[in-house]
Amino acid sequence: MFDPAVIVPPALISLVTAHVAGALAPVVWPWSDRVKNWLTHGAAVAACTAGVLIGIGGLLASDPLAFSLPSTIPLLHIQLRLDPLSAFFVLIISVSGVAVSIYALGYVREFYGRHSISALGALYHGFLLSMILVVTADDGFFFLIVWEIMSLVSYLLVVTEHEKAETRYAGFFYLVMTHVGTAFIVMTYLVFYQQTGSFTFDSFRHPGEPLPDGFRTVAFVAALIGFGAKAGIVPLHVWLPYAHPAAPSHISALMSGVMIKTAIYGLIRVYFDFLGGAFPWWWGFAVLAVGAVSALLGVMYALMEHDLKSLLAYHSVENIGIILLGIGAGMIFQSYGLSHLAALGLLAALYHTMNHAMFKGLLFMGAGSLLYATHTRNMEEYGGLIRTMPWTAFFFLVGAISISALPPTNGFVSEWLTFQSLFLSFMLPDPLMKIVIPIGAAMLALTGALAVACFAKAFGISFLAMPRSPHAKHAKEVPMPMRIGMGALAAVCVALGLAPMVVIPMIDRVTSPFTGTRLAQSAVSESGWTLTPMGGEFASISTPVLMLLLTVTILVVLLGVVLIAGTLKRRFHKTWGCGITLQPRMEYTATGFAQPIRQVFSTIYRPTVKVEKEMLEESRYFAKRMRFEVHIEPTFQRYLYDPVVRAFNLLANRLRVVQAGSLHLYLAYIFLTLIALLLWVG
Amino acid sequence: MTMIQSAALVLGQAFLILAVSPFVVGLIRKVKARLQCRRGANVLQPYSDLAKLFKKGAVISSTTSWIFTATPYILFAFTLAASLLVPTFLSRVPLSFAGDVITVVSLLTVGTFFLMLAGMDAGSPFGGMGSSREAIVFSLTEPAMMLSIFAVGLTAGSTNVSTIVHNTALLQGIVTDPPPHLMALAALFIVTLAETGRVPVDNPATHLELTMIHEAMVLEYSGRYLALVEWAAAMKLLLMLTLLSNIFAPWGIAIQPDPASLAIGLGVWVAKVSALALLVGLIESMFAKLRLFRVTDLLGVAFILSLLALVFFYILRGRP
Repeated sequence: MFDPAVIVPPALISLVTAHVAGALAPVVWPWSDRVKNWLTHGAAVAACTAGVLIGIGGLLASDPLAFSLPSTIPLLHIQLRLDPLSAFFVLIISVSGVAVSIYALGYVREFYGRHSISALGALYHGFLLSMILVVTADDGFFFLIVWEIMSLVSYLLVVTEHEKAETRYAGFFYLVMTHVGTAFIVMTYLVFYQQTGSFTFDSFRHPGEPLPDGFRTVAFVAALIGFGAKAGIVPLHVWLPYAHPAAPSHISALMSGVMIKTAIYGLIRVYFDFLGGAFPWWWGFAVLAVGAVSALLGVMYALMEHDLKSLLAYHSVENIGIILLGIGAGMIFQSYGLSHLAALGLLAALYHTMNHAMFKGLLFMGAGSLLYATHTRNMEEYGGLIRTMPWTAFFFLVGAISISALPPTNGFVSEWLTFQSLFLSFMLPDPLMKIVIPIGAAMLALTGALAVACFAKAFGISFLAMPRSPHAKHAKEVPMPMRIGMGALAAVCVALGLAPMVVIPMIDRVTSPFTGTRLAQSAVSESGWTLTPMGGEFASISTPVLMLLLTVTILVVLLGVVLIAGTLKRRFHKTWGCGITLQPRMEYTATGFAQPIRQVFSTIYRPTVKVEKEMLEESRYFAKRMRFEVHIEPTFQRYLYDPVVRAFNLLANRLRVVQAGSLHLYLAYIFLTLIALLLWVG
Repeated sequence: MTMIQSAALVLGQAFLILAVSPFVVGLIRKVKARLQCRRGANVLQPYSDLAKLFKKGAVISSTTSWIFTATPYILFAFTLAASLLVPTFLSRVPLSFAGDVITVVSLLTVGTFFLMLAGMDAGSPFGGMGSSREAIVFSLTEPAMMLSIFAVGLTAGSTNVSTIVHNTALLQGIVTDPPPHLMALAALFIVTLAETGRVPVDNPATHLELTMIHEAMVLEYSGRYLALVEWAAAMKLLLMLTLLSNIFAPWGIAIQPDPASLAIGLGVWVAKVSALALLVGLIESMFAKLRLFRVTDLLGVAFILSLLALVFFYILRGRP
């Protein structure tokens, strides 16, 4: 029998041991880079496998499991608690962690001799362990410490290639944004602390007397900003497209797939666990609005991006938006007492959280493989890679189909659930909500369609047609460990799409303590093959049946065509280029592909086009050289961040007056402060 | 319904969709020819075209990958699967439980996604241009399609197409909330023209690079690949017309699977679809194709109409 209470403690000990050993072993012994790589990432695979066991154990356990270590520091309680919500996120982190660690075995070869594999490995372990601790911490103080460790370690990982100026800039940007976020999270916890006098989550959950409304509102807003900065909600998303591409690709896979999910964890923990179920209506509305805007703007900016990793980073903004749509809908339903629908919204959000971790991890690993093979992130220099890198291409395609929410993959199931929870808003009594939520649904629909267009671009330009540069022409398929890592997550994506009836009861254990209702009975039909969130009459899908139907139709069509028309006579020939030989330069570029969309949505992009022509002297009709440049306006940086930075610099300049560089003056400051303090105390 | 009856109905519907779809294409061409004072080809000409294409060999660009050859099969199978989820002559489709309107739209999207990839696969600028234009057209129509069907679906208390049609049919055609229905109808009609590549959005009869969208994407196809693509396009056309007629006017559709009502349902379905085909032909003859960047205005209108329909529904539902 699988008894969680017996399995989890040894698994937790092995997880910590494997992380510590994996981090230290390469540091203490001067092995070759190759051995260090295998040691450190092998240990990471072992640790994450233990993490998978902990996650499953925590989900199956009937009561939350708790662990604690003694601590002598005041206010700090080193306490871990594994309730279903924590266990769910441990599972997500660990499953991604296993695949990414296997992938890293191959990818890190890139850094042999150029960067310290020991340092990279040690930080990698620190990153994985700190994420596990963030989602299991049961004390506000301890949470903030491991949260800060996670942020700092990921910053150090982002600046791995610190010899590049752009990487240093990306790292700095990330560091600033993540600390702005942390400041707001501290504020959230202080609100609870001033009421309860303790930092333990247990006291947050059950404050002696309920928090006054004003404090609750402050906690809500601060948590939304604080965790939102980490998750990448618009307008706090600007660091993602810098930091995620700058990091080594296996780190970007973890950052974009998993780390930003810890913010989703934090939001659910604070809103549903600490602040309880009774929200004012506008909380859910605010989350929903932020989600809808993030989703739509995320995908729109992704469409204009030609750096493959930046494109994926913008898609993280989009998907965080979709997750927040689910959470927001859940909160709105909760505030009107429709707990069944609240559970559905939360279920959709958590399902999408898990799915996004899987396909975004997969896609970032795919992008990493392209970077490994071609040494460029610019899509305009790819092309034709499906022939030289068939495995990478196939896995990337699976990821692209999943993230585009096409049936029968996992992305489709969770977006379907999100749609359902939004459309069911007609049950709400408030007319304003009735108008606003369908608009959210419309934005989600538009987002979904644009995502399909974006991934048609990403896949088509990167993998199809002729190679656009020598890099792409001479690309080779990536090493086996990288293919295994991608293949594993591709398989998980397909499985999560085909088996929602297994996943939903699992997530149901997470949501039921918060909403007080169980969905598992009603959301899955009696036969177990069909999803019926509101009973079969309202809506149902069955991905296994769809898969069967599609397989049968494809087979019948293949067979039928051969039976009716016989075998096909095929001739291969060069593509007709209107009489001239087709050159890669004549192919459609990513910029060209996105041009209609840029023009149609020009009010949002505000593109600036620059064309320079150099004409022949003989005639002004024939151009000798042409240069075309198009930029879209970085709206948020220009109108939100730049003014803040300018104001900050101005203020700093003013304050410089007090910092005259004279030691006597500084001693005087100390003296005056002392007197002021004494007066205040006295 | 027993298992055997259900299986027979599914197979019957698949066969009907396959058999009737080229006829609709032929009918539209005939209407256009007559309106241009031509005699036009026989209505059954598309069948002969398909037969001929199936027999011919295919020339494949050496630049292409497996995506190019797999796409026609994927497109065909996904379009056929989508049409099995939509009621044609019987209101209750056996497979309806497997997918609702979001699924139908998404299954069609898979086909479009692969077609966009196939358009880029040969490396010819025409294909890329077609895919790029399809991306913007489809990005605006897909949400409009989903939202407009939803607006009606919520009146019927379901998002499953089959239940929508069944419940609407049982109301005996009494439209409960006229404003959202009319807006949704207008939106879905524009969507139908756009999704099936018809004037004023696209011109199925053109091979002029400045105007084509769908034809540009499939330019490199020949032989049986082209046959599959064209047949799939015909099925999609039939599917859209069926959706239009059955969601907004399900009168005459068979409620129970007994032979008499099935026969009537079948007749009524063919008649309704043919009538819509006549209308499409008429519009194709009366309007000029819009410039690409005017098309997006039209599609924007469809999107806004469908959104308004949905919002109106919510407001009207809110009345005590």
